[in-house]
Amino acid sequence: MPDPTVVRLAGVDKIFGRGDAPVTTALQSIDLEIARGEFVSLIGPSGCGKSTLLRIIGDLTPPSAGDAIVNGKPAAQARRDRDYGMVFQAPVLMDWRTVEDNVKLPLEVLGWDAGRRSARAGEMLQLMELGDFLHHHPYQLSGGMQQRVAIARALAFEPALLLMDEPFGALDEMTRERMNSEVLRIWERTGTTVVFVTHSIPEAVFLSSRVVVMSARPGRITKVIDIDLPRPRTDLTRESARYFELVTAVREELRRGGGLGTDAGSGSLARTLAEGAVG
Amino acid sequence: MAAFGSGETRPASARARFGIGRRRQVLLLVAFVVVLVLLWEGVKFLGGVPWRALGTGPQGPVIHNPPFRWPLASDLNLPHIWNIVLVLFQPFQRGSDVTVMAHVVDAALYTWREAAIGFVLGAFIGLALATAFVHSRLLERAFVPYVIASQTIPIIALAPMIVFAFGQSVISVVIIATYLTFFPVTIAMIRGLRSFDPRAMELMQSYAASTWQTYVKLRLPASLPYLFTALKIAATASIVGAIVGEGPGGVADGLGRVIITYNQYYITGPEKLWATILITALLGIAFFLLIRGLEVLTLRARPSAASG
Amino acid sequence: MTMPGFASTLGRLWYYLPALLVAVGTLVAWEVVVGALSIKAFIFPQPSAIFSALQANWASPQFPLFASAQATLLEAAGGLIIGTGAGILVAFATSRWATTRGLLLPIAVAANAVPIIAFAPLFNNWFGVLAPLSKMMMAAVLVFFPVMANVTRGLTQVDPAALELMRSYAAGEGTILRKVRIPNALPYFFTALKLATTLSLIGAIVGEYFGGASAVLGRVIVQSASALRFDVTWAAILLAAATGIAFYLATAALERIVIPWHASLRATET
Repeated sequence: MPDPTVVRLAGVDKIFGRGDAPVTTALQSIDLEIARGEFVSLIGPSGCGKSTLLRIIGDLTPPSAGDAIVNGKPAAQARRDRDYGMVFQAPVLMDWRTVEDNVKLPLEVLGWDAGRRSARAGEMLQLMELGDFLHHHPYQLSGGMQQRVAIARALAFEPALLLMDEPFGALDEMTRERMNSEVLRIWERTGTTVVFVTHSIPEAVFLSSRVVVMSARPGRITKVIDIDLPRPRTDLTRESARYFELVTAVREELRRGGGLGTDAGSGSLARTLAEGAVG
Repeated sequence: MAAFGSGETRPASARARFGIGRRRQVLLLVAFVVVLVLLWEGVKFLGGVPWRALGTGPQGPVIHNPPFRWPLASDLNLPHIWNIVLVLFQPFQRGSDVTVMAHVVDAALYTWREAAIGFVLGAFIGLALATAFVHSRLLERAFVPYVIASQTIPIIALAPMIVFAFGQSVISVVIIATYLTFFPVTIAMIRGLRSFDPRAMELMQSYAASTWQTYVKLRLPASLPYLFTALKIAATASIVGAIVGEGPGGVADGLGRVIITYNQYYITGPEKLWATILITALLGIAFFLLIRGLEVLTLRARPSAASG
Repeated sequence: MTMPGFASTLGRLWYYLPALLVAVGTLVAWEVVVGALSIKAFIFPQPSAIFSALQANWASPQFPLFASAQATLLEAAGGLIIGTGAGILVAFATSRWATTRGLLLPIAVAANAVPIIAFAPLFNNWFGVLAPLSKMMMAAVLVFFPVMANVTRGLTQVDPAALELMRSYAAGEGTILRKVRIPNALPYFFTALKLATTLSLIGAIVGEYFGGASAVLGRVIVQSASALRFDVTWAAILLAAATGIAFYLATAALERIVIPWHASLRATET
């Protein structure tokens, strides 16, 4: 039996800025363990370092202190072993590749032969219900469909871990709910461990087995909330009393951590207005 | 509209793109010039003709004898840099007290005046045409295909024709500089006058602003980065047009004429042609920097235009 | 895309109708006015006179138009290949280091501001005034800078998220170059190439203005004009324009074949 812990973070700090630049503590003494098959969401206000934390797990940025262990080895080694797939907020599809070829990209990098590549890409796109769009180019797809291609690409080489960085942040509420159900369906079928960064409380509660609540300046974990909603989760789950209780619990924890303060609300409105006037 | 390619016509800041400071850029550029000079003289050191003491003729004492003899590095093909600098201070004709430098700079200023008149005329014509095109679909459909097609043909081929049609005079050269300016300005401004934020256009409409008000307060300001991008291209193009009009076209007094003359005497004094070309290059860069300065001044309040 | 072929062809015809009318109107007005006034006819010959000059001098000994166009096109094409090749090489060699990129950009900007045409007499002296190579080198220098600058941009201005994605696959620099940077640079390259076709012709023709073998378009233009044979001059200019357009269209067609995804992308943008 392999180690049931997929991600282990111990005393992780991240400090930005060096020389004469102002120093920001993005993350401070983060300890977190994620077990195989878990679906864990990281939630918190802007600037709490949740995306940075995800990037440390993926070895896309190094921690300033502490250890990041993935699949029982240092994160850098896990990346070289292709132990995880990544989905960004933007789909990051290559314009010059068809939908099928985009899904094949990681398989090419991994050196799979052509026959296996096509078979797997077809399979993954079928799973994401994109079987009819193999030869389309990304610009011919809607935002939601593009993001589904990105998920198919991330899962194509069957990584043990799926890292998702606000993947549905740019989608409208209805599409987002549909994508949430989709992700759960895939997760239940593949048994992949998922770390999911989000801004949305309902999304975090609906998807996760655990929600990690973070606060900003410096980024810290304030609480980890277990989500004991029964599975499979459906649209009815979103209307259950327990769901609302858990949403409220997460919201209150965020507010305690300063994540839902008055400053964030009015500040961002003023910023939006200012940007509108300049743009 | 294939002429409008990706990215590169869109104004953007160099610093944001390349992440390197202004001061370092200047330093690098200076270093590059130094390396170029060293390379130049290095080639001559290895494969040129025997080096003679400064200011002495072909009979002067040999101070260095290069091990090889490469035709490319001969004094005719690649004169010593110090000789190019020295020739600037020699009389431009036998017995004259006007130096080569004064003579060429005079010609350069003359050329610049012609180019600048054509440049200003061309910029205004281009602006007026683009304004008409963005306000009238019919005019756009009738003429814009030709403006765009003009970019695919060497319109400078017309230059000698214009000199013959309008006579060997300043007017011909001004006309050449004008048309070489107005094509790029027109094309850029058709884009620029449509580059406004659509939300800002809705805002103007909510004020029931007139077409003129919308033009002055929204379209024109939004188009300025495009205008300057085109003007920087046109600055050089207008000087090229002036030189071609003067040289092969046969207009006296300008740089083009000086280049042709010194080219004829290249065998006896290659340094003079080199010196003239050096000053021509500096004129082009100076005109460019003038427009760039205007751009910085005009767009200084805009974040994207401050550098680059 | 939704319109069936026939209707869309008709629609395009309708769209370009005003432009066609302008062309026909200009030609007719030119023909009529010059014919009626017949004063400056020797400078602005009637279109019909230009066409008959084109026919008469297609292979005449004094102004062999066809051979001249061929020779000039050869010089331009040679310059295009040399300049483009050198531009791509330098871009690839330097795009990996921020310092050299930071140096190349201001040099490219400065070079763009220099009237490079003024160097034509030097090239004539170096490579032989009668040799096509001197014109090719002139064209090559004009072509080099925009190609180098654009390819450098294309190789470096890659979506940072795409680089992060490749990093998450633990892909090497070579793989990133092949799978991300080069495809990303192709549209930039073709933008520069389309610009370069025109520049290469300008380089060749202006190089010829400053002296060269007689059976080239630039010499025919200058010599026929000084011989007051303006019908031939206009015919040569027409030929230069046609060569430029054909050259450009060939490049644009190549672009559609090599990067079809980009052309369709642009079509949906407007």
